[in-house]
Amino acid sequence: MASVELTNVRKVYAGAVEAVKGVDIAIKDGALCVLVGPSGCGKSTLLRMIAGLESITDGTVKIDNKVVNDLGPAERDIAMVFQNYALYPHMKVYDNMAYGLRNRGMPKDQIDKRVREAAATLELTHLLERRPRELSGGQRQRVAMGRAIVRNPKVFLFDEPLSNLDAKLRGQMRVEIKNLQRQLGVTSVYVTHDQLEAMTLADILVVMNAGAVEQIGAPLDIYEKPASTFVASFIGAPPMNLIPITADESGLILKDGTRIGAQGITVSDKDAIIGFRPEDLEVATGTESHIGGLLLDLKVLGVEPVGAESYVYGIIGGERVVVRVAGRSVSQPDDHLRVIIPKEKLHLFGGNGKRI
Amino acid sequence: MIQNNPIGRLIAHIVLIVGIMIVAFPIYYAFIASTQSLQDIMRPPLSLLPGGHFWENYTTALFGGIGRIGGVSVGRLLINSTIMALAIAVGKIIISILSAYAIVFFRFPGRMVFFWLIFITLMLPVEVRILPTYKVMVDLGLIDTYTGLTVPLMASATATLLFRQFFMTIPGELVEAARVDGAGPWRFFKDILLPLSKTNIAALFVILFIYGWTQYLWPLLMTNRNDMTTIVIGLRKMISFADADTEWHLVMVTCILAILPPVLVVVLMQRWFVRGLVETEK
Amino acid sequence: MASSTHVTFPNKFLPYLLLAPQLAITIVFFYWPASQAIRQSVLREDPFGLSTQFVGLGNFKRILSDPNYLNSLQVTVVFSIATAVIAMGFALLFAVMADKVVRGKGIYRTLMIWPYAVAPAIAGMLWLFLFNPSMGTFAYMIRSAGYNWDPLLNSNQAMLLVVAAAAWKQISYNFLFFVAGLQSIPKSLIEAAAIDGAGETKRFWTIIFPLLAPTTFFLLVVNTVYAFFDTFGIIHAVTGGGPGKATETLVYKVYNDGFVNLILGDSAAQSVILMVIVIGLTAIQFRYVERKVHYG
Repeated sequence: MASVELTNVRKVYAGAVEAVKGVDIAIKDGALCVLVGPSGCGKSTLLRMIAGLESITDGTVKIDNKVVNDLGPAERDIAMVFQNYALYPHMKVYDNMAYGLRNRGMPKDQIDKRVREAAATLELTHLLERRPRELSGGQRQRVAMGRAIVRNPKVFLFDEPLSNLDAKLRGQMRVEIKNLQRQLGVTSVYVTHDQLEAMTLADILVVMNAGAVEQIGAPLDIYEKPASTFVASFIGAPPMNLIPITADESGLILKDGTRIGAQGITVSDKDAIIGFRPEDLEVATGTESHIGGLLLDLKVLGVEPVGAESYVYGIIGGERVVVRVAGRSVSQPDDHLRVIIPKEKLHLFGGNGKRI
Repeated sequence: MIQNNPIGRLIAHIVLIVGIMIVAFPIYYAFIASTQSLQDIMRPPLSLLPGGHFWENYTTALFGGIGRIGGVSVGRLLINSTIMALAIAVGKIIISILSAYAIVFFRFPGRMVFFWLIFITLMLPVEVRILPTYKVMVDLGLIDTYTGLTVPLMASATATLLFRQFFMTIPGELVEAARVDGAGPWRFFKDILLPLSKTNIAALFVILFIYGWTQYLWPLLMTNRNDMTTIVIGLRKMISFADADTEWHLVMVTCILAILPPVLVVVLMQRWFVRGLVETEK
Repeated sequence: MASSTHVTFPNKFLPYLLLAPQLAITIVFFYWPASQAIRQSVLREDPFGLSTQFVGLGNFKRILSDPNYLNSLQVTVVFSIATAVIAMGFALLFAVMADKVVRGKGIYRTLMIWPYAVAPAIAGMLWLFLFNPSMGTFAYMIRSAGYNWDPLLNSNQAMLLVVAAAAWKQISYNFLFFVAGLQSIPKSLIEAAAIDGAGETKRFWTIIFPLLAPTTFFLLVVNTVYAFFDTFGIIHAVTGGGPGKATETLVYKVYNDGFVNLILGDSAAQSVILMVIVIGLTAIQFRYVERKVHYG
């Protein structure tokens, strides 16, 4: 077990493409850190740099307070679970799990003990004599996990390990990974592009964009206080609604020229963006006694009932928005609704996209 | 599935049987001749059934030594051909798998230059550089040696390209998993790449064995001594149509013996051979 | 994954070691002799081998205006076309029939493929044995039927014999590729054609044959290469280029001029011309491979 510390880590490929731009992350011993971001944001590159599969252009990677920049993957005492599992197709499950231990020259009886223990933890014991092609997707995933845990490494690295599974299995495995990680207490770094996976798994969440870290923090802190419009729109589903506005002395104006009824809200930037989560909108009844907020006109485009809740799609000030309402919505297309964003639920971003 | 009529299928069978007769007849006829006495062969038409001289002819040819090729027995020629075919097949596979491994799994200065150097040899078959190659062989003292018969034919662009193509389908994650598992280049090659290449190697072995066995121009040039030549060349040396002394019954035995080993390899390893052949040429 | 992004090992020295055997053989036995052939092709030795002089393209000019060389070129073209057409025609017929039968497919294939394992020279000798005028059974039958058959004296008959032997050996190879090609045609297409009212013959010519075009074209190139180069053994064992020069192919002539007649400059220049032909054929083959990738 160990901490992982990245200091100003950079990756520049030949041809001066900067894939990772000066990243600082500190992961405490035993924590599960999730790197999330759209494809091409550099999260996989960063993970592979921790693994030793990519060289580090600049900065340092420390595992257990030791700089590992110049160590090969096998010398860093890490184990990795790959997206396509990367099981050796010609080896039985047992040999897949034992291979790394054999390469380290561990005695046979000890290997056997470790493999059987890991297999028991993952309920793989009856599959040990099978080959990967005889296993289902979920079973292969488990073998890949097993191969990582038999090694008893300092750090687990997960590279989108669930993206090849169907939605139902993905949910199950997510819970299993979380439990297993808790139980073993091994520091882990987990890469995904799925924000739901990131939210549910992470002790510490790192949102990445274009090779740089946008925000680091506990998942719910990030959800509640996104540092930028990028984070706001990436975390949460459906994503946060973002509406650009301009502000002058007399108040706030939408892009289509409509003035907004604002109570107790002032914006110092001339150009700004207001944001609100789909579930944070209230329909004005005329009787509420709010302490502050924005009053807006929403034109309904359509309604999608999905059972326990409904999504109302509409337009505010020329921008498309989604609203989540409990139960069924009685709105019809072309209805106009007076809606309120309560002050405490409102997110304000400057013209540069950073939170104000 | 379209049900074709029984008459259509019957015609198909008849055409195929005629086809097989065309394909098989020359070989069958040679076999018949190899069991006849010389006198019967010289008086056409030959019977369509085997004669009674099977053991006599085969033992004479295998162990007796045939005057026409300097007293060298067919057994010796068979050994030479076997050595040549095996050495070429095995040598080619080893050499090509190594260079394909280097080209696919390593990055190093000059990689593409080397790749093209190998690729271009596709365009330099023996036939287009006969004389200078012969001179090189003479200068190196390789005439009438097994080294001369085999080593120069071991460099193969085709086999290298086949392995390269196959290696490129191996997922990069498998290499990374092996590296995380502490396997260096040699371990990865031995524990993972070789076992995964088994079918490719088997297929290639059949094709290259045939290639080695059926060589003609190369052994013709590289051997002067009868005891160093292959059975195909030996056979050619036995035959003279102008000369009444040709021992046709023994020639036909030799012919059958020269055909048998590669045919057995092809028929017994048919599954790999067909796969390999159709895939090599893609 | 493209080769440029393929995951690799970080070793610096090892790859050179791995490439060394192939490169050593390639340079000593391929590039060095090939460069010598090119050098020789612009030199001329005097008859006693005492001195050489640079003659530029002189050797090429002489060869290309030499009626013997032009004859040999013509012989090669006739031989190649005849061999390719006959070998591919029979193979296609058998493959289409094999595609039709339900039972015995495997047996037919097994019996069909063995000539592949027969050396071309032996194929030639087998056919010569069947058709040689002094004791070949078929020669005897042809003569009994009243024809004057002697491939050792009659040019056309000699050509017929070597073409037959060369084509016979190549049938199995073509057969395997046509079978594979036929299997890759989706059955639904043929069913659709049947529903559209196309009869069996019409289906073959309008659907199956066009879809086999990539295979056919590929085999055409391969058979041409085969007829050009790999049939040396047949010519050498059966006719020795004769009678006269009726079956003297380009490759046989290079060999003959170099080893028998010892005209080094001419032989080298012919080698260089052959190289150009091979490069052309290989280029066609690989352009075709690219297109095949495009076909999916």
